Amino acid sequence: MIENVPAREEAETVHGPKPYSNPYVAGFGLGLVLLSAFVVMGRGLGASGAFSSLIAAAANAVAPQHTAANEFYAEYLGDGSRSPLLDWLVFEVIGVFAGGLISGALAGRIAKSVERGPSISKRRRLIFAFVGGALMGIGAKFARGCTSGQALTGGALLNVGSWAFMMMVFAGAYATAWFLRRQWK
Amino acid sequence: MSAPLFKFGLFGDNISLVLAFLIGIGFGFALERAGFGSARKLMGQFYLTDLAVFKVMFTAIVTAMLGIFYLGWIGFLDVSLVYLTPTYLLPQIVGGLILGIGFVIGGYCPGTACVAVSTARIDAISFLAGVIAGIFVFGEAFPLLKQFYNATPMGQITLPDLLHIPYGVVVFVIVLVAVGGFAGATWVEKAMAGRKGVQQS
Repeated sequence: MIENVPAREEAETVHGPKPYSNPYVAGFGLGLVLLSAFVVMGRGLGASGAFSSLIAAAANAVAPQHTAANEFYAEYLGDGSRSPLLDWLVFEVIGVFAGGLISGALAGRIAKSVERGPSISKRRRLIFAFVGGALMGIGAKFARGCTSGQALTGGALLNVGSWAFMMMVFAGAYATAWFLRRQWK
Repeated sequence: MSAPLFKFGLFGDNISLVLAFLIGIGFGFALERAGFGSARKLMGQFYLTDLAVFKVMFTAIVTAMLGIFYLGWIGFLDVSLVYLTPTYLLPQIVGGLILGIGFVIGGYCPGTACVAVSTARIDAISFLAGVIAGIFVFGEAFPLLKQFYNATPMGQITLPDLLHIPYGVVVFVIVLVAVGGFAGATWVEKAMAGRKGVQQS
């Protein structure tokens, strides 16, 4: 067994995941993608909006009268001439899944796992992920966008609400970090 | 002026969806390259061990901001045709706080969670299920939340409009702040790595 250890380590350095990109290189690439959205479409990137369209479409399929009476859903459903899923952000987010898959596959980083610190159980981590996601969904709707649609897009456009939002995201996250340290450290 | 291309009628809705998919691929690719498909990498930002979130985000913001500024300046891009989300200050402040809290509890934001799902992170699937649940709760409660959602409207407003400072000056100041921030972030990472070394020894 002991003899196998160096061999395995060697194998990992050959076939293991490649290191992540330099943050400034990745950031520059991300900035160019955002700029291309501005130049080509006249709009920025997004993520949470696609999930809103998905929910509005699902709710509309189940209870059309209910969604017609709700202004939030109505905004995503439009006039009904076109499926709410034939939406720019929905297609963009499908692309995000594909882009992540391509990059992850090329770098050997696709690995089934639950991301967590050493002192939290998998089950607990999955519950926390769900709760955090739910808060994120609610927060993104109040803010009219998430990290993509507000912080990134609005940040580059010098949008007042986006900059206020971005400061508050960092404030909220740093204020919470101490209480959640057992999940990550 | 010839851009934004879509607004000048160079292509229609169907082509725009194809372009959305392609732009999304670029977006997802960049996020995954940055390491943002990993919740532990993202959370390094809030435990000050790895400030990649700040570095990547601000590099992207500065890149796109300078790009729009110069493309507008040379007359290629009509900046006024790029959609600006209207500001509703109070709900955006509260929304930002809730989102920040959710970030540290959940470990991702919606965009990074998509990339994490693509690289087989099971917790990201749980996170996205949470996002869907959260938006559904918001949608169902919208009649109650509507008043607050529409509170403190300021219209489509940029920092140069608000501060009465020329566009180019604001851009320049943000570049300076970002460069200073990058230096500060690297210093913090080194300081934290040093502290960790002391604790372990």
